[in-house]
Parts: sequence; structure tokens; C-alpha cells
Amino acid sequence: MMETLDQMFVLLKNWVVGFLPAGWQATAGVVLCVVAIIAVFPGLFAICVLLERKGLGRMQNRIGPNRVGPLGILQPVADGIKSLTKEDIVPLSADAAVHFMAPVVLVVVVFMGYAVLPMGRNMTLVKMDAGLLFYFAMGASTELSVFMAGWSSRNKYSLLGAMRAVAQMISYEVPLLMSSVAVVMITGSLSLEKIVAAQNQYTWGLPHWYIFTPWGFAGFLMYAVAATAETNRSPFDLPEGESELVAGYFTEYSGFKFAEFFLGEYVGMLSISGLGATLFLGGWSAPFSFLGWVPSWIWFFGKVMLSICVFIWLRGTLPRLRQDQLMNFAWKFVLPFTLLNLMVAALWRFLGPGWQQWVVCSAILIVAYVVMGKLGMRREHFGPRSYRYAE
Amino acid sequence: MLGEGILKGLAETAKNFAGSFVSAERLTTVQYPEQRIAPIEATRDFPFLVYDGGDWEAGLRCVACQICEKECPPQCIYIEKSKDKKPDFVGKMQIYPARFDIDISVCMSCQICVEVCPFEAIKMDTEFELSTTDRFGALLYDRKELAKSNEHYHKIHPTEAAEVDVRLAEEKAKAAAKAKAAAQAAAAKAAAPAAPVVAPKPVPVAEADKPAGGESKA
Repeated sequence: MMETLDQMFVLLKNWVVGFLPAGWQATAGVVLCVVAIIAVFPGLFAICVLLERKGLGRMQNRIGPNRVGPLGILQPVADGIKSLTKEDIVPLSADAAVHFMAPVVLVVVVFMGYAVLPMGRNMTLVKMDAGLLFYFAMGASTELSVFMAGWSSRNKYSLLGAMRAVAQMISYEVPLLMSSVAVVMITGSLSLEKIVAAQNQYTWGLPHWYIFTPWGFAGFLMYAVAATAETNRSPFDLPEGESELVAGYFTEYSGFKFAEFFLGEYVGMLSISGLGATLFLGGWSAPFSFLGWVPSWIWFFGKVMLSICVFIWLRGTLPRLRQDQLMNFAWKFVLPFTLLNLMVAALWRFLGPGWQQWVVCSAILIVAYVVMGKLGMRREHFGPRSYRYAE
Repeated sequence: MLGEGILKGLAETAKNFAGSFVSAERLTTVQYPEQRIAPIEATRDFPFLVYDGGDWEAGLRCVACQICEKECPPQCIYIEKSKDKKPDFVGKMQIYPARFDIDISVCMSCQICVEVCPFEAIKMDTEFELSTTDRFGALLYDRKELAKSNEHYHKIHPTEAAEVDVRLAEEKAKAAAKAKAAAQAAAAKAAAPAAPVVAPKPVPVAEADKPAGGESKA
């Protein structure tokens, strides 16, 4: 029974595809999966927006939206209808074609990432050997759409936002990759399926998730920081700082195109949370061996939604960074730390199982964290400003 | 250590999050259309014209001096003077505004019109639910829409209105005294040729001089 529930979606797909002639079945199966992904994640997007608005409200001692439907749960529907019926304005001096393409490119590219994410047992759309590589290739393409939007709008705020976004996303792309490389080193595979399989083992009922190792924990922290920056979420939301840049690169977008950017951002957040869950939190595997009977997809989506809640929590807590702080943090702290983490992961591998690997790796990482934190948090005392030429 | 502050902040927001479900006192906002917070006394948004008594047209304090129109920074006031005159609150004949329009879509609520008005005729209102479907006509208020009773003024700004009333009463008393003195002087003047008496003269003269000067100014 639980087995059927676990494989519910796979069986459903096979059943539907079974009605078609044999030659079409493979294609139809893929199309069906794509449709499912395109239907499910915007739905989750709606839930995320509601969670965010309600959660942020509570964190600020407000109630949050509570007018549309019971407790305001139909708020996303109202927002959707509103954005669909709003006038679509294209600035006169904008490059209309690129302006139109930018949100489309963003949404397409963001959805492409889901192709390789294992969302449950046997629930990977494309079982690719280099899945992680594919994911990062797709993730890096979002910068393109962001810059397209900023450049084609012919608006100074859009352009500034786009420049900031590109600078930030490229800077944090590196630590994002580096922290994932540690996982690849230990697993020995770029296939996300295999990475999940490697974590789906239990000792004394506890899982072998990578987050429960020193290098995995450090890697996960760095991954979380880089992922937050990568998705332009607060506190790294400089590219769309409302108080500075109106809305950043999508200032000149309205109506459905604006909604598409919004969708792209949230679906990207969901997808990067999904990858984080896959890499460090054991993907669709259960947190305890005795919970193995719960359908695998529940665990995957549960972990994704949990990460979303953490994103919202961070947004409710942290103020926005300054551009130089952002860059310093990326290049002077996160990147060196992920590089060190790579070496620690290698050490972990070659020390072999035993208590030594735990002690040595944890010690190195903790010392590095404290020392680098101290160095990075040093306050530089500037004297009074002197002007060489003026006066 | 690095990250300590973040953890502290996260704990704080988590406390808020959980606390907002438990204690209603934490919630700083009210559910607006159903629940309202009474505006503080210094609240102001758009100007209105004060009238005394029951009839808004007769009781309007404005004498169409056009000072507010000239001082208004965004120039949202438009006044047309009347051809005839009507008695003001002291009973003196004054011209009145035949037209007094304020475009509240232009008004910036600076209160300068209130500060320059020598007749206490224009004051700031607290009504803020002014949304309408017609953004041109409906936001251009004419004098009928602008006229609000002194009682309304007392209700929205009690302290200020009381001060204004005291000031106006003083003026009224002064004007009444003046009128009385003038009448006395006139009577004295009329009586003077008949009985030229030296003794009671100083008092009426001193009082008769002042109204004469005042009247010539007015």
C-alpha cells in the first residue's frame, strides 16, 4: 500500500501513457512529466508567496493578508488575477524584442533545472550522469535573462539593478559550485540520483546525510549563503532593493511579465532549495530509518518547503548588505572557506572511517571559521576624510 | 564570533513570530475599516471653511481676502469675490467668496492657508477617506463641500478651536465696545452743540478718537 503511494505519480504516468501506441509512449511520458513540473511548481510558488506574506507579517507583529478567503489563503489567487489583468506597458525607448524575451528566458531556464532534480524514488525526469553540471549550466543562464531585462528597459534603475545582479550572481556562483564540488568528491559522481542514493543509508537508524559530516555542514552553510545570494533574496537583495532601485532590473515590467519575473524568482528559489536538499539533506530519503515508509516525495517537498521557510525567516531578520560588504563577503570569506572545505573533504576521504576524521576535519573547519570570521569582522578605522584636490 | 548577531536576530524574529500568535497585545496594527484608531488631535489633511451658526452660506467666516489663494504653494485655491456684501460674525458688512474652490488632488496639506488666514476662516480637516471614481470633478471641492460648522471644528481639534473661539469672542467684544463707544461719541457729538459742558468731555473724546482711526483703516 505505502509502496503504491510512494510510486503514485510514476504509476499514474505509466497508466496514462499505456493508452497510447508503443512508439509514442516515451515522448508522451516526458511531456507528461514536464506538464506536471510546470503545474506543480507554480502552485508551490503561490503557497510560498502566501507563506512569505503571512510569515513576514507575523515576524513584524502584524497579521498579514487576511481578507481574501478564510485567513487570506486565497490571496495568491487575487494577486494572480490582478497581475494578469494589468496593463502591459513597454517603454517607448525599450528594445521591445529583448524586453519581451527576458522574462520568458528566465522562466524557461529556471524550469530547465528541474529536469535533473530527483523529486522522489524513480521521480527524476532526466537521469543524467552529469546532472549537477546541467543544473549549474542552467542556473548560470539566469544571469543572461536578468541582464537582458536590465539592458533592454533603457532605464537607469533597471540597468543598475542588472549590473548589481550580474556582479552578485557571478560572484556567488563560484562558492555555490565549490561547496557542491565537495559533495561530488565524496560521492564520486555528478549524477544527482547517485548522490541521493549515497546518502540514503542508515547507521543505528540515522541517515548518512552529508550535512551530518563536518565538511558537509560547512558546505551546506556556504551553499545556503551562496544560494540566497544567487536567488537575490534578502539580505542579498541589492539588485532589487526597492528603496534604492525601485525594483531593480524589472522596474520597467508590469502586468504578466512582472509576474513572470516574480514566478522565476520563486521557482528558482524552490529549485535551488531542491538542489540543496539533494546535495546535503539526503534528497528524498527519510530522516530516520523507521520513517522509511513515508512516501519519498513527501520528504523531498517537505525539505524544500522547510528551506523556503528559512529563506523567509532570514528575510524577516536581516537588513540589506552594502555592495562592498556583499563582494567582500563573497570573495574574502565564502570563497576561501569553500576552497578550504574542498581540502577538508579530501582529507575526510583519505583519513578513512574512524574518529580521527571527525576530530581533524571539525578542528580545521572550526579554527578556520573563527579565524577568518575574526579577520573579516575587524573594523577598519578611517580617519577624517582628506581632500587632495578640492580645497 | 561571526554569525552570532545573525543567530540573535533570528531568535528575535522567531520570538515575534511565535508571540504574535499567543498574545494579541503584540499586534501593532488594527483591522482598518472595521477597527479604527481615533486620529490624534494634530492630525490634518485638507483644508475646510468654517462657518458659524446653522446656515453655511450666511455663517461663512471667509471674507474673500484672497491671502490664502496667493500664499498657497501649489496654488490649489481659487477664489472669486462677491459683488455684494453680507455681515460677518461681528456684524460688519464684508464681501464674501462667491466661489471658493480647492483642488484637493493638488493640495499638499501644508497648512499655510490656515496660518495666513487673519479671519480664522480656513482650518485643516481630518477626513481622509476621500477616494472617488472621478479624479477630476470629484476632487475639486467647491465652497459648499468645503463649508463645515464650527461644531465640527470643535470636534476634530478641540483645543485649537477653543483658542480660536476665545480670540474671536475678544474681537467681537472689542468691536462691540468700539461700536458702543462710537455710538456714544456720536451721541455726545449730537449733544455737544446743545450743551457745551467742559467737565465730561475728556472721556468721550479719548474714546471717540480711537474708533474713528480704526474705522478709517477698515
